[in-house]
Amino acid sequence: MSVRPAEFVSRGVNADALKADARRESLGLLGLCSPGLALVGIIIVLPIGWLFWLSLFDETGQLSGANYARFVEQASYIRTFLTTFEVAFIVTGLCVLIGYPLAYMLSQLPRRAASICLIFVVLPFWTSVLVRTYAWLVILQRKGLVNNWLIDLGLISQPLPLAHNFAGVIIGMTHILLPFLVLPLYASMKAIDADYLRAAMNLGAPPTATFWQVFFPLSLPGLAAGVVIVFILCLGFFVTPALMGGGKVIMWAMRMEQTTSLYSNWGAGSALGVVLLAVTLGLLGLFRRLLGTRAASVWGSQ
Amino acid sequence: MNDDIGLPISHWRRLWLYGVGALVLLFLIVPSLIIVPMSFSGSTLLQFPPESWSLRWYEAYFQSVEWRDATIVSLKAAVLTTIVATPIGVAAAYALNSGALRLAGIVNAVLTASLIIPVILIGIGTFFLYARIGLNNTLTGLVLAHTVQALPLVVLTVLSGFRSYDMNQERVARSLGAGRFAAFWQVTMPQIRFSIVSGALFAFITSFDEVVVSLFISGGETTTLTRRMFSALRDHIDPTIAAISTCLIVLSILLLSAAQLFGRRR
Repeated sequence: MSVRPAEFVSRGVNADALKADARRESLGLLGLCSPGLALVGIIIVLPIGWLFWLSLFDETGQLSGANYARFVEQASYIRTFLTTFEVAFIVTGLCVLIGYPLAYMLSQLPRRAASICLIFVVLPFWTSVLVRTYAWLVILQRKGLVNNWLIDLGLISQPLPLAHNFAGVIIGMTHILLPFLVLPLYASMKAIDADYLRAAMNLGAPPTATFWQVFFPLSLPGLAAGVVIVFILCLGFFVTPALMGGGKVIMWAMRMEQTTSLYSNWGAGSALGVVLLAVTLGLLGLFRRLLGTRAASVWGSQ
Repeated sequence: MNDDIGLPISHWRRLWLYGVGALVLLFLIVPSLIIVPMSFSGSTLLQFPPESWSLRWYEAYFQSVEWRDATIVSLKAAVLTTIVATPIGVAAAYALNSGALRLAGIVNAVLTASLIIPVILIGIGTFFLYARIGLNNTLTGLVLAHTVQALPLVVLTVLSGFRSYDMNQERVARSLGAGRFAAFWQVTMPQIRFSIVSGALFAFITSFDEVVVSLFISGGETTTLTRRMFSALRDHIDPTIAAISTCLIVLSILLLSAAQLFGRRR
């Protein structure tokens, strides 16, 4: 157990000296953090603040809300937001649908079997997003594996449009984001005391009732953590929609890239970024308020 | 921990659960692994299983100057990011762990901010900043941006290493006359070194696999492998990328096993 220097500070003779010492200690520790803090400040906080400042001015350099008004006025922006939220809801839903049973199975397996199965979750997690998107392109494209097999089997005569469209984006993103749901969910399920389940069954509850009335409610905080992470990552996802969307599925992040790189409209691009950040932080704040959990602790459970 | 669940439910009645779980696991692992045999295909068509085998796509990868240069840039950036991010992360984790740090919550939030802030915003922001200070298309800029993204992983990994270490040992060393740094270096470091190595490996792979920010701030001489892959994938599906992907998958497996190995030995 770590003993805080502050605990030594009592009303003794040395109170002042000890207090000064504690302050020095704290400053020294802050010094240890300072390289990291400075780097994050310069590389992340400063540019984002700058972009926010830019977003407040229109093309003529006048202070105005034009960059933000665009979002509710122009149909193309509204379509982008609708697409983004549609993708985010579908992908999150699919992740829950297939991730929950997987996490549940992992939590019920003996330790050795579970850790072998976990490799299958962690390995894709640490494989480049590009590699996995490429794999899905190869599998789903017009002359890809799935279409070739289905045609060889005589199930279809024309290749199905699976890649370069909405379906491709959904499949690719679900695959990439699934570990982000499964890992925190599994960690929270492992923390559920099996005695609760034994007690429920001892008292005569059938397995289904034990699951729904005892296990499921206890797993909800972990599920919520996973859902929030997946949803947030969906909102800002770039690589897969850009490569698998075939130019038809324009999501928020792609829109930001287009406005800044293609049209050099920094004001509009920045405004998009500011709103995206606000929505992200808002969702996290809501989640923390509802569950009283630190959002960062979810990441720590990997 | 509930190692043995011991509920009166037979495995037989759970068969459906194992079935569903196995299918989901296959969904997770098969797409990446299917690339490996396909990369040894002898034809320009990507087939599974390939009709003929050859190493031609690996030759195409290693003999192309562009791909080789991009790989070297990515390796350099990843090594430098590891070298920069690891000490900074360890120092910050040490301070956060001590409990005597004021505003620890805020410090933690700032250091791990890059996990939560949308990557696209970081990409556009750094591009915008670098355009003004001339760091776009430089290795320095790349390393700094990657360090910020790798930092949270180092901090969180090392913090979890500290959790299973008793800080009083360092206090004893200091009370016996060891200096601050000597106490850390000789007493604490050896005991948390495995989590430091894990954190360093995570930093390496974070930098090596990073796509979105590199897309904005790398180019020309310092085009990273991922950036070149991204551009190539936008045009057409080149089987050379299957060979590169296989190399990346092997790298992930190696680094991850190393991290696991070190992680377990704390």
